Amino acid sequence: MRQPILAIQSLSAGVEGRQILKGINLVIRPGEVHAVMGPNGSGKSTLASILAGRDGYDISGGEVIYCGKDLLALDPEERAREGLFLAFQYPVEIPGVNSTYFLKAAYNEIRKHRGQPELDAMEFLTFVKERMKILHVPEDFLKRPVNHGFSGGEKKRNEIFQMAVLEPKLAILDETDSGLDIDALKIVAIGVNKLKRPDNAQLVITHYQRLLNFIVPDFVHILHDGRIVRSGGKELALELEDKGYELIVNRTTVPA
Amino acid sequence: MSTATETIEGLVKQEYKYGFTTDIETESAPPGLNEDVIRLISHKKQEPEWLLEWRLKAYRHWTTMQAPQWPKVHYPEIDYQDITYFVAPKNTSNGPKSLDEVDPKLLETYGKLGIPLNERNRLLGVAVDAVFDSVSVGTTFKKELGAKGVIFCSFSEAVQEHPDLVRKYLGSVVPHTDNFYAALNSAVFTDGSFCYIPKGVRCPMELSTYFRINAAKSGQFERTLIIADEGSHVSYLEGCTAPMRDENQLHAAVVELITLDNAEIKYSTVQNWYPGDENGKGGIYNFVTKRGACRGVNSKISWTQVETGSAITWKYPGVILQGDNSIGEFYSVALTNNYQQADTGTKMIHIGKNTRSTIVSKGISAGHGQNSYRGLVKVLKGAANARNFSQCDSLLIGDKCGAHTFPYIEVKNTSARVEHEASTSKIGEDQIFYCKQRCISAQDAVNMIVNGYCKEVFKQLPMEFAVEAQKLLGVSLEGSVG
Repeated sequence: MRQPILAIQSLSAGVEGRQILKGINLVIRPGEVHAVMGPNGSGKSTLASILAGRDGYDISGGEVIYCGKDLLALDPEERAREGLFLAFQYPVEIPGVNSTYFLKAAYNEIRKHRGQPELDAMEFLTFVKERMKILHVPEDFLKRPVNHGFSGGEKKRNEIFQMAVLEPKLAILDETDSGLDIDALKIVAIGVNKLKRPDNAQLVITHYQRLLNFIVPDFVHILHDGRIVRSGGKELALELEDKGYELIVNRTTVPA
Repeated sequence: MSTATETIEGLVKQEYKYGFTTDIETESAPPGLNEDVIRLISHKKQEPEWLLEWRLKAYRHWTTMQAPQWPKVHYPEIDYQDITYFVAPKNTSNGPKSLDEVDPKLLETYGKLGIPLNERNRLLGVAVDAVFDSVSVGTTFKKELGAKGVIFCSFSEAVQEHPDLVRKYLGSVVPHTDNFYAALNSAVFTDGSFCYIPKGVRCPMELSTYFRINAAKSGQFERTLIIADEGSHVSYLEGCTAPMRDENQLHAAVVELITLDNAEIKYSTVQNWYPGDENGKGGIYNFVTKRGACRGVNSKISWTQVETGSAITWKYPGVILQGDNSIGEFYSVALTNNYQQADTGTKMIHIGKNTRSTIVSKGISAGHGQNSYRGLVKVLKGAANARNFSQCDSLLIGDKCGAHTFPYIEVKNTSARVEHEASTSKIGEDQIFYCKQRCISAQDAVNMIVNGYCKEVFKQLPMEFAVEAQKLLGVSLEGSVG
């Protein structure tokens, strides 16, 4: 069987002594789309943050192997250069920093990391414009400061656009659907689908089933109180939509 | 959060590149200040009697004055009797000579600072006057400038060669009574640059003065005077560095600019005096008075400053807008890191009709740095339709630094329009993490954000210096994230 892109084993973690993840197990292989669903406070965003390497979490147990490497031992920027991408739930505004400049710096860091020559401004512009066409991103995204003054929908679209440029091996979408109306949701989802390849994988974290109408997952996991309490195919999301978290979670209590 | 803040703070540690000293034989006046020292300086420079009298008048006035207490900076009282007021490399005190005769050690010093003075390597398109401690050691491109009628020389030389111009304009913008440090400077100034652009001439190259303090326990008191005659144009840049020393050193300069009808002066400063070490020990006290007078109609004076050095910066480059339709501009980036303190801003005095001024101030505070913007916009009764726009932004890095804004506005004409905008922002952990998630290291992220924040000011600098300034900010912030 192919080497997994991500293998999480018994991952436990918390913040300031409060346990949030209580033994997560999850394996993602190339070409797969996984959805992690769960109610508020179940630990969804914590999982995304820990995978990306955000400060402030205590890892109390377990391990995460990413493409054969110990992920938790890498700095956030090293993880990113190794092809792990997080589409943020709340993309940060960086006033004064031009988007093209920012993306070029990010892209060239990856090339340096791989021992490839960096692209100059012209080469990068050619490359990035071709990526824009695929996603139908308006040209002015490149001219504006990173996320500055963007609407909620534009910010999420910009995340997917960055994802298209950086071509990650593993893309983690942290509640990318939150705050989007249905049209914006469609645009984002179509973008994500276009970026799917047999050699990469996507981990979609969401509260609602509606995103999964557009990004169809191969596997759905339900996270509750820091544990994955049920896993299944895409039909699990529909069942969840139908019955609600309460019913599903109560029916599947896992022995401690 | 606390660990993350420490990371950001770690980023703001810097290595000062220009901290070396030049071992060179000097002659100097005995430390201390009295009329004899002033007579000695004047004698060394073979000055005319009127100038000696002018100095003595300033000195006597200075003895009646107090150092200003209002700036938001703290430092132990300065012992003015402990400072050496005149230090010159041997054989230079009689005024500058040709560059061929300059001590090779001095040429080497300027070479190390990136300012080659000799014919072969000198910067293309930039004429440089190099001031070392109390004297000018040489000026490049004099012949080429002379062909256009442009006078660019050391102040001492101007006193000898162009006494009428000096006498007419010296102290006409910053009188010796202006303030404590200006009075001190008027009494003891030793050298500096002089520049006159004749009628209708567009100066064919950038003019620049590079100030270097080398000697210990000395002060540098230079005087710069730039006159742009009717319809002329000049762009001028000053740079400055000093060795790393444990004790503080005083730099009290005066710069006067004058534009006549339809003339324009663009004055840029990249100030990189030694800022002291990371515990706040040593560094230059930069107490400087800079002012321009738009005497003529339709004239323009524009100040751009990038202040990254000095333990304490106290300066308010201003413009007196006398001529109708004249324009004053002030673009500033001031960075305080470690224990640096800056109290800086501008004064725009609107006197003529339809006068306009623009102020863009960008303060950056990191480490324990304290950064204050202090500005005055004054519209006098006769200044019909005067307009001012001010924008004062502060950027905080870490949680132990401070940013303060003291805008003063006095308007006596009802047709005037004055706008003031201000903002304060912080480089947040969220921004740094976002950049890291996009493969960019924390250090690069801070540099990127700071440079983006300063862009508006940098684009006012002559191109080659804009690049320098960007690098300089990068160096000054090095170590501010771990």
